[in-house]
Amino acid sequence: MSGARSEARKLATEQLRRGNAWRLYEVVLWIAAVAAIFLLPSKMLLLTEVAITALFALSLDLVLGYAGIVSLGHAAFFGLGAYAAGLFAKYAVAEPVTGLFAAAAVSGLAGFGASFLVLRGSDLTRLMTTLGIALMLAELANQMAWMTGGADGLSGVTIGPILGVFEFDLWGRTGYVYSLAALFILTFVARHLVNSSFGLSLRAIKANSMRAAMVAIPARNRIIVIYTIAAAYAGIAGALLTHTTSFVSPDVLAFHRSADVLLVLVIGGVGYLYGGIIGAVIFTVLRDWLSVSTPQYWMFWIGLILIAIVLVGRERIARWHTFLPASLQLGIKRFATWRPGVKLKESR
Amino acid sequence: MLTILFDGIAYGMLLFILACGLTITLGLMNFINLAHGAFAMAGGYITVVLMNSYGVSFYWCLLIAFLAVALAGLVLERLLYRHLYSKPHLDQVLFSVGLVFMSIAGAYYFMGGQQQMIQLPQELSGRFELHGVGIGRYRLFIILVCILLTIALQLLLTKTRFGSQLRAAVDDGRVARGLGINVSMVFALTFAVGSGLAGLGGAMGTEILGLDPNFPLKFMIYFLIVVTVGGTSSITGPFLAALLLGVADVAGKYYVPQIGAFVIYGVMVAVLLLRPHGLFSREGGR
Repeated sequence: MSGARSEARKLATEQLRRGNAWRLYEVVLWIAAVAAIFLLPSKMLLLTEVAITALFALSLDLVLGYAGIVSLGHAAFFGLGAYAAGLFAKYAVAEPVTGLFAAAAVSGLAGFGASFLVLRGSDLTRLMTTLGIALMLAELANQMAWMTGGADGLSGVTIGPILGVFEFDLWGRTGYVYSLAALFILTFVARHLVNSSFGLSLRAIKANSMRAAMVAIPARNRIIVIYTIAAAYAGIAGALLTHTTSFVSPDVLAFHRSADVLLVLVIGGVGYLYGGIIGAVIFTVLRDWLSVSTPQYWMFWIGLILIAIVLVGRERIARWHTFLPASLQLGIKRFATWRPGVKLKESR
Repeated sequence: MLTILFDGIAYGMLLFILACGLTITLGLMNFINLAHGAFAMAGGYITVVLMNSYGVSFYWCLLIAFLAVALAGLVLERLLYRHLYSKPHLDQVLFSVGLVFMSIAGAYYFMGGQQQMIQLPQELSGRFELHGVGIGRYRLFIILVCILLTIALQLLLTKTRFGSQLRAAVDDGRVARGLGINVSMVFALTFAVGSGLAGLGGAMGTEILGLDPNFPLKFMIYFLIVVTVGGTSSITGPFLAALLLGVADVAGKYYVPQIGAFVIYGVMVAVLLLRPHGLFSREGGR
């Protein structure tokens, strides 16, 4: 009896470990991101934006893709982090990494509080509460002009050198390396999180919370934990924005930011960690390109893309590779799942 | 004091006209349509263009706004919305947000970003005193129209054949279909009427709420509050919620302008916390 149990435990551990193993495409992605420092020195600001958007989308993915909570107000935590970092740098410590921790703490705390509101009710109620929280914060930031600068934004923020060593330069190179490092570390942590038994239990809750409860998964606690973590992530993303631009405006809390991040995530694919990163690359490049040709009507294109994605079907877009010829499909699969020393058959 | 109450009621009534279509799509058909404000905006712009460029009278404009937007709603429902009823909520949200963004960009493109103005007819402008209460003629007009509409809607939903078909279709679409009710047509008509009412509300609200391309986003939250706070089991719930919201908003902006809209969002979150199914919902309702 106990033999069977330990056997099952061994199998499960093995499965979790295999799920957590690095894939080739991840390695390629990160190498490309690092190589960009040297290959695209003129695009540093754009790439910084990509990294920040990616982190923000990653945070939403934790909530939406893994726990299945639809949120229309995720910018609340992003903006809160941005303001927290700005105020922290202005009045307390100018060193950015400390600021990141401060922002994460503030946003995480807010997320912890908000998670109790999110627990209640259906999708619609969740939409409303998340949206309401974001709007409330935006209103607060606008009204508390003595602290946040109101509609003019928080100016006079000076960011010191990172860890007291690396000064932010004019071309945004330090900013990019800094954001990329944060993104890498946090993605690494999130990978461990979602590939652990904790991550599996979240998926179970998303699929069917009642059944999840039947196999003794404490849905409430799990959602509170993941929501808090995701809020902290969003806060860090906001703080990165503050640190790399030395400025915070109420725009960080605006509704379109919540909608944008949803779009980013949907473009890249919901429910796997790299969706946010890939989506952020596509989104930012697309925006850069479209804004140049039609600056005012960028919103039109976002809208069109959103509608097209929904009508075509998100699942179909996620399965885009199935429309390729079979030989190419096999190649992609090999490439995507290749790991040193493991043949394709075994990895399934 | 009473004047503020009166203005608040008029404002609330206007919100009700705007939002009652959403009550049906969101509350009854369970479709999260964030693009409801876009329909209202369309009604507003139709009125502005007709009145300012073609000199059509205000009352005709209201009717045309209703009909044109209802037609637009019908077309969109048949072409796009229909496919999304059974999709997950996330898809509905994405779709309707996309529609909002497109409508905003479209309004910018065709009408420009400035506030639109209309000249109300002579008999509706100005205000008069009644027992010391200042009453705006136009606001009185809104209240009257809204009361008539509410009664008409209530009768339509409870007394007519169409109303019972709609309720049946909403309660259990499959059984209703089995009884020979053309569910998709009932939904399409309902959607059209709902959008038409939004268009009417937008046309009437041009004067009070203002009209610019950001209208759908600016008022989206108000419509949603009306529906979620009011609950979805009847139209009296949203009606009361709209009145409350209107009075609270006007009074809040008058007495404590520095807090602004904060109060409303706060109250909404609190209500949703205590009564996730709305303030006036029946026990055991869906």
